[in-house]
Amino acid sequence: MTTICSLYPELLGTYGDGGNGLAVYERARRRDIDVELISVGLNDAVPDASLYLLGGGEDGPQRLAADLLRTSSFGSRVRDGAYVVAVCAGLQILGLTFCVEGDDEYEGLGLVDAVTSRGERRSVGELATRVDGQLLVGFENHGGRTTLSGGVNALGTVVKGRGNDAKLDGYRTKNIWATYAHGPVLAMNPWFCDEILAAVVGAELDPLTSAADLLYQERCRVLSS
Amino acid sequence: MTGRGSGTVVGGRVGMKIAPDLVSSLARGRTVILVSGTNGKTTTTSMIVAGWGGSVTTNETGSNMAAGHVAALVESRNERVALEVDEAWLADTLTSTRPHVVVLLNLSRDQLDRANEVRHLAERWRKAIEAYDDAGLVVVANANDPLVAYAAETRANTVWVDVPTTWIADALSCPKCTLAISHVGNSWHCTCGFAKPVPVMSILGDELVIEGETVKLDLSMPGEFNRSNATMALTALHRVGVDLDEAARRISAIHSVVGRFSVRRWRGHTLRLLLAKNPSGFAAMMATLPEDDTEIWVAINARVADGHDPSWLYDVPFEMLRGHRVYCFGDRRLDLATRLDYGRVDYIVVDNDDLVPTSKETISLLANYTAFNDWLARSEA
Repeated sequence: MTTICSLYPELLGTYGDGGNGLAVYERARRRDIDVELISVGLNDAVPDASLYLLGGGEDGPQRLAADLLRTSSFGSRVRDGAYVVAVCAGLQILGLTFCVEGDDEYEGLGLVDAVTSRGERRSVGELATRVDGQLLVGFENHGGRTTLSGGVNALGTVVKGRGNDAKLDGYRTKNIWATYAHGPVLAMNPWFCDEILAAVVGAELDPLTSAADLLYQERCRVLSS
Repeated sequence: MTGRGSGTVVGGRVGMKIAPDLVSSLARGRTVILVSGTNGKTTTTSMIVAGWGGSVTTNETGSNMAAGHVAALVESRNERVALEVDEAWLADTLTSTRPHVVVLLNLSRDQLDRANEVRHLAERWRKAIEAYDDAGLVVVANANDPLVAYAAETRANTVWVDVPTTWIADALSCPKCTLAISHVGNSWHCTCGFAKPVPVMSILGDELVIEGETVKLDLSMPGEFNRSNATMALTALHRVGVDLDEAARRISAIHSVVGRFSVRRWRGHTLRLLLAKNPSGFAAMMATLPEDDTEIWVAINARVADGHDPSWLYDVPFEMLRGHRVYCFGDRRLDLATRLDYGRVDYIVVDNDDLVPTSKETISLLANYTAFNDWLARSEA
C-alpha cells in the first residue's frame, strides 16, 4: 500500500493545495496501484507514509505548522528517505530559517540548506520554470526570497515569474521536490506528478491520458508566448 | 461632475481626484448602512434596499470601492443609503461614510492573487472596528464565522447573528492563537478561550427571530445562504427602526438580484443563472441544485475581476456533482475539466457554443464573475 499523506491542510492549504494530493492519488489509482490518501490534523501524530505533501499558508499557521513538525517524527522520516512535495510556505518550512510577521529568522526544520528572507515585494502571478528540459507551469503568491546553499540544487530555472529569486525556483534533493508554484501544480503538470509517483512506487508507470494533458499544453502555450 | 451615463466607476474616479474627502461630504447627514463580506454583499445590500422600502441610494452595479461609492452618492440623493463595500475597503469606508450600521457577513478565501490572505483581512477589519471612534456605530456580525467574530468582538455592543455557516475551511485554525478551532454542531471554540460570541440576538433556525421578534420569511430566491443574508439584512433594518414584518414581506418578493438566480432563455433552453465566485460560494450554490432533470453547466474565467489564479477550483467540493455530467465553459474550461476529472465527475469541454451537445431543456448554469456577466448578456429574459 502506498500512503500519500497531506500534512495539516487546516494550516497549509491556502491555494487549492489539496489538488496535489488528489492528483497523485488519482493518477496512482487509475493505474491500479494500491494507494491511499490521508491527511494529518492538528492533533494527530504524523503517521508512516511514502509521500508527504506540504502546502502553503499564512504567517501564523505557517509558524504553527513548523512547530508541530519540529516536534514530530516527520524530520526523521524524511531523513530516512520518505518522499516530500512541498510548495510555497511548505518549501520555506523545510529550510533553515524563514520570515513570518514579527520574526525574520524563524527556525525551519533544517532538512534542506535553504534560507528564506523577505522579498522586496510580493511575488504574485503565473510561474513557469524549466525542469530537466520540461516546463513546469503554475501560479505563485508569496513574499519570500529563497537562497540555496550547501550544494542544494534548484528544482528548475525560472522562465516566467519569480520563484526563489527570479532565476531559480524551488529545490530538489534525492527525496524532496519543492516549488513556489502552489496548489494544483501536480494536477496541472501530469509529467511532473508521474515522475514523483514513479519515484514513490519505485517502478516505471504505464502512460495515462487525462484531462490534464490538454490543460498542460494550453498553459505551456500561454506561458511561453 | 454629474455621474451620468453608464460609466459609474469612471465618473467616480474623476470625483476622487477632485476631492479626496468627497465620500465624507456626500454621506454627511444621511443614514448609512454598509455591508461587507466575501459572499452575499450584493444580495444582502439589495435586501436592505428593498426591505427599507421607498427610495434608497445604493451602489447596485456592484462598484464597491470608493469610486463606486462616490458615483452612487452623487447619482441619487436619498437620506437613506445602503452600500456594499469591498472587504479591503471597509476601514476607509467606515471613516468616510460614518455609517449607522455595518453588516459583516463572512470571510473566506476569494481572489487570493489580489487580496492575498483572508486572515490578514480579518486582522484589518478588527483594527478598523477597534479604532473607530463613534460608540453609536452598530456592528451586525455573523457569530458563526470565527474570522468575523474576531473582527467584531472588540465592540461591546456588537449585535451577533446566528446564521448557518457551512464553510469553515478558512477558520479551522484560530485567528487569535492559530491552534485548532473545534466546530461542534452550531458552535465553535478554541482552547485559548476564543469562542462563538454570546448572546446571539438574531437567530435563523426553524423559525427566524430578530432580536426577540419572530418574523415570517418566505423568500422567492433559493438557498439557505439567502435566508442567512435576509437575517443579516433584517437585523440591520431593525436597528434603523424599520418594521420587521413589512421589511420581511418586501424582501421575500425579490426574485433576482442583478441577474443572480434569474431564469433566462438561450437558444431554446431555460437557463437558471447562479453566480459563484469562490469555494464557499460554489458549495452554497451547488447545494441549491435540483437532484435531477437539470443539466449542469459551469463557466470559469480568470480575468481581472475574477482573480487571475483559478487554483481555488481545487477547494470547491465538486465531488458533490458526481452522477451528473458537467459541461465546461469559459476561458479556463480546461482547468475546470481537469479539476472535475481528478474528482471523478463526468464532464464535457465545450469549445464551441454552437455545438453544445445538450439534451435537456432546463439548465443550471454556475459561473464566476465575468463568465456570469457574459452569460447574462448573451441570454434573454
